[in-house]
Amino acid sequence: MAGRPDIPKHARPYRGFTRRLWAMIMKEFIQLRRDRLTLAMIVIIPFMELMLFGYAINMNPKHLPIAILSADNSDITRDFVASLKQTGYFDIRQEARTEKQADALIRSGRVLFVLQIPPGFGRDIRRGARPQILLVTDATDPVATGGAIAAVNGLAGRLFLRQLRGPHADLAGRPPPFELVVQKRYNPAAITAINIVPGLIGVILTMTMLIFTSLAVTRELERGTMESLLATPLRPSEIMLGKIAPYVLVGFVQMAIIMAAGRFLFGVPLTGSAGLLLTLTMIFIAANLSLGYTISTIARNQLQAVQMSFFFFLPSILMSGFMFPFQGMPAWARFIGEMLPLTHYLRIVRGIMLKGAEWPDLVQEGFALVAFMITVMVIAVLRFRQTLD
Amino acid sequence: MAQGAEEYVIDVEGLEKSFGSHKVVRGVTLRVKRGEIYGFLGPNGSGKTTTIRMLCGLLTPDGGTGHCLGYDIVRESRLIKLNVGYMTQHFSLYADLTVEENLEFVARVYGMPAPRELARRTVRRMGLAGREDQLAGELSGGWKQRLALSACILHEPKLLLLDEPTAGVDPKARREFWDSIHELAAEGITVLVSTHYMDEAERCHELAYIFNGRILARGPAKDIITTQHLKAWAVRGAPPVLADIAGRAREMPGVEIVTFLGDHLHICGPEGGALETTMRDLCSTESVRCEPAAATLEDSFIHLMNSGGGDGRAS
Ligand SMILES: Nc1ncnc2c1ncn2[C@@H]1O[C@H](COP(=O)(O)OP(=O)(O)O)[C@@H](O)[C@H]1O
Ligand SMILES: [Mg+2]
Repeated sequence: MAGRPDIPKHARPYRGFTRRLWAMIMKEFIQLRRDRLTLAMIVIIPFMELMLFGYAINMNPKHLPIAILSADNSDITRDFVASLKQTGYFDIRQEARTEKQADALIRSGRVLFVLQIPPGFGRDIRRGARPQILLVTDATDPVATGGAIAAVNGLAGRLFLRQLRGPHADLAGRPPPFELVVQKRYNPAAITAINIVPGLIGVILTMTMLIFTSLAVTRELERGTMESLLATPLRPSEIMLGKIAPYVLVGFVQMAIIMAAGRFLFGVPLTGSAGLLLTLTMIFIAANLSLGYTISTIARNQLQAVQMSFFFFLPSILMSGFMFPFQGMPAWARFIGEMLPLTHYLRIVRGIMLKGAEWPDLVQEGFALVAFMITVMVIAVLRFRQTLD
Repeated sequence: MAQGAEEYVIDVEGLEKSFGSHKVVRGVTLRVKRGEIYGFLGPNGSGKTTTIRMLCGLLTPDGGTGHCLGYDIVRESRLIKLNVGYMTQHFSLYADLTVEENLEFVARVYGMPAPRELARRTVRRMGLAGREDQLAGELSGGWKQRLALSACILHEPKLLLLDEPTAGVDPKARREFWDSIHELAAEGITVLVSTHYMDEAERCHELAYIFNGRILARGPAKDIITTQHLKAWAVRGAPPVLADIAGRAREMPGVEIVTFLGDHLHICGPEGGALETTMRDLCSTESVRCEPAAATLEDSFIHLMNSGGGDGRAS
């Protein structure tokens, strides 16, 4: 049609994605720089939480996942395993066939214990040769495993009272007929801070990322700036990425603070690959930012946005395995927990920092985070209203 | 239609918009010619902002069709955005960014080459020099308007939509603002400006008067006045006497509008004969002087409002 203005080359609508995105990012950075309160919070929150959660909560969780690596198939062994179940402390999730398999299970966090029963265990007991059995525990969370180890020890007496009636009754009443060797992996000194510090990275990232981005859109709406933003050629995806990107950096700053403080105050190591940790953390940060952004497209004002963030933040703290051992929670709580990005990130960050876990151990968790992130991002872009209707 | 398409920068027909059950815009038709300064008048809540938002794609009309700059207002709103400068009714730039940062942001978002340089040039061109490092939130009303106007002309739009740009701004700043609008129009930019100041209406080439979501009149100000065929009188005298006359006049035949205007009373009505009889009656005392006067634009608008727009009757 005549009369339509020629579109200048630089202003063509499908060009200039990066330019517009960059404009958005720079604007957000300038605003962040001027916002002293937010800047202070970014730095202070990690320190505060680190101190608060340094004192962990004591618990005696049951139904912890265990893998049995048995080289013996006698009735005594079978009975031993059955009574192990009856203590209520263990859920036998896996039968491992090789030591390598068993190692992988514990490293990925799918089980907290591996019980190794040596060949000829039943025979040795009958002979009174006091065979050794090995209980490998994931000691990163000493609170979770302490009670369970005590239960295995207590088992010895009761189990063999029943088993050894009859021809071997003379063995009863003597010292326990086998020797339990407990091998604590990853955190031999049972320091709670070692478990808390990596967890805190996840918790603090969840909190700050959620709250800051959940304010992103509502702030523009409340201040009236959204109207002129929408009147520009910016697209919803550009606005979203522009608002999210600066906080990825903020997230890494916070992570650095916690890791440094954890190392110098509590001696928490970084056992595994820093590159893997950074990559997966990036995904975790992006997942939380997208969620915050989604909240901000739903909330009507900033107060609502903060409330909705907390509505998500609380179950994250309680059901992810940060506050209470994940494996000790009832099934429904674990189900909810699996939906939360923090749950998966905790396994990642504890795995990498404390156990030296590698990518193959964490594939599942990594993909869970990616799936979560993509889902919320799509919702956010769909929810974002490009008009004021 | 196709013939005239080139002539009209804004060409919309029968626009409608409701919020819930509240009909805010009821069939608005507007045609704005290239290079024109088009005044969009109407009292608060009459639907000016809603109409303007539909013109630039910020609201989707419930009914009606139209083009802005030749682009369809529903399907091609993105192209409209690239070529339109929209100044919102309330200040909508970033209070925590400086003048120059705000302008640079806008320049980048529109993909302008050399955005920083452009922002600086615009600062000088629009008389903002010396304030480029001040936070936008700390500017006074008049400077805020000036900055907002700068932000909408930065990307060299063909059409400006200004929504009550001078509300709450002092008279000097208002005058300067209007000078800028005329300069821009002289450069060939078409301007649609909403306002409820009558003196500003007279600075526009053409007007449309909207009330309750309907356009009640359109055309150059003097045409709107003459087509209403209103008669008016000026009554001069001592203030207490004028107050007394004003009270009585409102009840008398032929009188529709009574306004105090500085030193005199302005009385206006549509029927010349009845009004003249009434005026003779009112002016029979010696303490006042009555003489015929010209009906004003405001008279016309009030008359239009009284005689049509309020309820469901057609405009
Ligand atoms: N987003 C909205 N939601 C609901 N009502 C609205 C909305 N925007 C405007 N209105 C209503 O529509 C009417 C017209 O508003 P508006 O177009 O802003 O008028 P004006 O700009 O002429 O003052 C007002 O009664 C206002 O309350
Ligand atoms: Mg308005």
